[in-house]
Amino acid sequence: MADDTRNILDEVTGKEYKYGFVTEIDTEFAPPGLNEDIIRFISEKKEEPEFMLEFRLNAYRRWLGMKSPEWAHLNIPPIDFQSIIYYAAPKAKKELQSLDEVDPELLKTFEKLGISLEEQKHLAGVAVDAVMDSVSVKTTFSDTLAKHGIIFCSFSEAVKNHPELVKQYMGSVVASGDNYFAALNSAVFSDGSFVYIPKGVRCPIELSTYFRINAKNTGQFERTLIIADEGAYVSYMEGCTAPQRDENQLHAAIVEIIALKDAEVKYSTVQNWYPGNKDGEGGIYNFVTKRGICKGNNSKISWTQVETGSAITWKYPSCILQGDNSVGEFYSVAVTNNHQQADTGTKMIHIGKNTRSTIISKGISAGLSNNSYRGLVKVTKRAEGSRNFSQCDSLLLGDKCGAHTFPYIQTENKSSIVEHEATTSKISDDQLFYCQQRGIDAESAIGLIVNGYAREVLSKLPMEFAVEAQKLLSISLEGSVG
Amino acid sequence: MLLQIKNLHAQINGKEILRGVNLEVKAGEVHAIMGPNGTGKSTLASVIAGREVFEVTAGEVLYNGKNLLEMPVEQRAREGIFLGFQYPVEIPGVSITNFMRTALNEVRKYHGQEPLSGAAFLARMEEKKKLVEIQSKLTNRSVNEGFSGGEKKKNEIFQMAMLEPQLAILDETDSGLDIDALRIVANGVNALRSKDNAIIVITHYQRLLDYIVPDIVHVLFDGKIVKTGGKELALELEGKGYDWIRKELETR
Ligand SMILES: Nc1ncnc2c1ncn2[C@@H]1O[C@H](COP(=O)(O)OP(=O)(O)OP(=O)(O)O)[C@@H](O)[C@H]1O
Ligand SMILES: [Mg+2]
Repeated sequence: MADDTRNILDEVTGKEYKYGFVTEIDTEFAPPGLNEDIIRFISEKKEEPEFMLEFRLNAYRRWLGMKSPEWAHLNIPPIDFQSIIYYAAPKAKKELQSLDEVDPELLKTFEKLGISLEEQKHLAGVAVDAVMDSVSVKTTFSDTLAKHGIIFCSFSEAVKNHPELVKQYMGSVVASGDNYFAALNSAVFSDGSFVYIPKGVRCPIELSTYFRINAKNTGQFERTLIIADEGAYVSYMEGCTAPQRDENQLHAAIVEIIALKDAEVKYSTVQNWYPGNKDGEGGIYNFVTKRGICKGNNSKISWTQVETGSAITWKYPSCILQGDNSVGEFYSVAVTNNHQQADTGTKMIHIGKNTRSTIISKGISAGLSNNSYRGLVKVTKRAEGSRNFSQCDSLLLGDKCGAHTFPYIQTENKSSIVEHEATTSKISDDQLFYCQQRGIDAESAIGLIVNGYAREVLSKLPMEFAVEAQKLLSISLEGSVG
Repeated sequence: MLLQIKNLHAQINGKEILRGVNLEVKAGEVHAIMGPNGTGKSTLASVIAGREVFEVTAGEVLYNGKNLLEMPVEQRAREGIFLGFQYPVEIPGVSITNFMRTALNEVRKYHGQEPLSGAAFLARMEEKKKLVEIQSKLTNRSVNEGFSGGEKKKNEIFQMAMLEPQLAILDETDSGLDIDALRIVANGVNALRSKDNAIIVITHYQRLLDYIVPDIVHVLFDGKIVKTGGKELALELEGKGYDWIRKELETR
């Protein structure tokens, strides 16, 4: 690598995180630490029914008997679970009736992040659930959606107003003892979003949740549950940011998706938690369990993710393809820079006949970062005539970063076809020079090239998200060459 | 004087490639640079464009009186220097439309102009596409990705037409072109030709110069311009090859 390109790399990768501000807002905390009393405290605060408390305590007891997972390519410093605050909520009046009752500081925070909670300001018509620290602040468009029988509300509200749905589906895709962080989440989760689309209904607008960590020393444990009944369709987007702090903060979320017969769910994420500074100090530990089940025949679940944030990311949005002819898709762009580490990928479990899955993963690494794709494609005996296609590409910017690909393929029947392709490439000096010779500076050139590289995935995002994601990619990376 | 090169020496990895190039190009002129393989023609073009792998060890390059060697690559481009590459590189996933729009707006910004509106940009695309007879099929594709050799060269001329540079250096844009494409490329170049612009064509073949008639022809030999003449020099080279020049140099 030429010296000039190395300089460009250093200059550009030093970009500041622009969502690193802190909102001064009255917050109510639980005391730090984790024990049964804290769990009871959370459940009580949220005025939960008995079944929820039991679910939590059950999960907690399982968690106590579990060990933190160890992955070869993630270097995770030990986490002191007793120093974390498990509940923090912006203090607010009870039962917000209108936007006027929301703390203006909170509104400003979301405005600053480009999320308007005022419905009339929504050009594209996206319904938003805004979650700050542990609590859902405001859900827009709920009334409009209610006309179609669609439920879009915070998880806490769902527990109160639709306990039968919550009871039936919560933990049905990600069991409370599924893994260490899932168990932790199940014990202490505070809020999140809940979506139910009734039979035959096509959700007319994009649904989205915006997660924001604000308070210090807290963990964020949210839970999302999406149920698409027979023949229903919904497109759901999730975004997130956090302030810039020297210490690491833990984010351990669960997302469960259930698609019944002929239903389709499209889930898009732009993950931009604070990644830590240039020297690797601070940043979010993002340990997330996301899984969907195509329960009915001909159902479809599609995950699209753009991962640019977090100090450490550990997540594998997965599909259990149970219904015959069901379809699972995973489109991912994961960017790591400076000292960031990402270990991400998917699991496609083919159970039904003629099930199909597609995996497109684009890893981009710069700085001293490490970026791993880890994916499992499992085709069971029953899943005759199933197909998978996986394409895992890595782009290296600079020569101090790492990219790794770990595909695991298990097929138990001969009538299925599993294809896996992988490539590793670099941005060449020639490409950079070509762009510069046309008047495009190195920074913009790298933004352009990286966006081009990720185009196949970005094109899967809903319009409202795609533009933001493109900018984000350029900002996180502009300027790294191999 | 648009471009003034004085005693330019440049090396790569300690190996001297340019060994005292002198060249003056006035606005309105078309120059042709010829010479055997590996004598430094592309290197000269790269050094003018600012490619940093080549280290300039001596000499001077002035562009409109400004010291070109101090400017970063993109600034030279924004000042109006265009290089048509001998081997255009592929940029997967970046459409020509997007690429050109980014480039054009960067150049405009540099000159204190507003970005072109979408409509104005597309109108310009249409106009220039006609000029070089390329199809939307091509401009919607990623830059050079999977292009044939000839398509790549046409794409270079298309970009030149879009950017309307003041000094265009075309490095073997004619090689790999069929007769029709050659005519199209020449049309593109001749359309750019004006009293304010200058064009340097690097070529091995006299036939290009039938279409783009040069004012001045140079022979670059062993890192130096050893002979300069009118368009008849190209004909002479075509007929006699380079041996007589080599001999001439030896006897000097
Ligand atoms: N990156 C490089 N590393 C090492 N040597 C180089 C490099 N680029 C060019 N050279 C050498 O410099 C010399 C001049 O090359 P250049 O490409 O300028 O020749 P040219 O006159 O354009 O030849 P052609 O007519 O074949 O295109 C050659 O010997 C070539 O091998
Ligand atoms: Mg050459």
